[in-house]
Amino acid sequence: MFKARALIPFFLLLGTTVAVADRRAVLEHYSATAENAPSAERGRMLWNKPGIRGRDCTQCHGNDLRQAGRHRRTRKPIDPMAPSVNPKRFTDLRKVEKWFHRNCKWTWGRECTAQEKADILQWLNTL
Amino acid sequence: MKEIQKTFTPLVIFLTLVMTIGLTLQACAYEDDDDDDEGFSRFLPARMDFRPADDPQYREECGACHLAYPPGMLPARSWQRIMSGLEDHFGENAELDAQTARHITEYLSANAADRSHTGRAPNIARSLGVDAPLRFTETRYFLRKHHEIPPRLVVNNPDVESFSRCEACHTGAERGDYDEHQVRIPGVGRWDD
Repeated sequence: MFKARALIPFFLLLGTTVAVADRRAVLEHYSATAENAPSAERGRMLWNKPGIRGRDCTQCHGNDLRQAGRHRRTRKPIDPMAPSVNPKRFTDLRKVEKWFHRNCKWTWGRECTAQEKADILQWLNTL
Repeated sequence: MKEIQKTFTPLVIFLTLVMTIGLTLQACAYEDDDDDDEGFSRFLPARMDFRPADDPQYREECGACHLAYPPGMLPARSWQRIMSGLEDHFGENAELDAQTARHITEYLSANAADRSHTGRAPNIARSLGVDAPLRFTETRYFLRKHHEIPPRLVVNNPDVESFSRCEACHTGAERGDYDEHQVRIPGVGRWDD
């Protein structure tokens, strides 16, 4: 007899596939206007680059991106950045853009370029 | 007639005295800074100190980084000041797109201390007069409620660190419940003054 339960793996797979497609679309939004193809290696270096006034990404996101971070002042938990443990990451362009805008300005004192955003996303997507 | 006056005059004086003392005591109670001065909270099953933040966009955008503070903590003019300076939001960048910012400003203003009739909001509005503070924790109202708390319990407490983190001690903060009987200070426990 056909059981609805048998469909669960199918929906899980479908969900993952949709998330992967969304992440690709978000990345393409940035890489479309970037000069070079996105590079995970450059992205990793950018992530670890020191910002202004002693600021950097790890202060809130932590050192292990597969674990939750913590806002350095309010201490509110920040969900893990790694899509492997948090599949919703980088699937919503509006959200991604909002946080790039805020956090680039706060950390580096300027907006990030499309190239930088594409590189960082490319790297984060491997985690 | 004289007889009646003789009997009643002391009684009238006595009653007047009792009422005066009673009213004075009540007034003193309002000057006090613990919780029980705002209504007989102990005898009520549940009380709402603030209408909790219930706007989904406000909760999503502002609550991502900190407690979605009840709009009733500050007057509309304060919220408008805060919302017009999100690029430097207490040292953080909290910029929003114009449409979202407008919606949240309207929500906060409509439910602000000076526009709300719920719980503590009217008292906060009254205590502020025309001031437009940026931080509720710097208002006289707030300081009066927290002045007995020594630094080691909050500022020097590694699990709290700041009075801005209401939810660290007020276990009902998300529900708008700030009754002192639900306070649990991390590493310390209940607070009873």
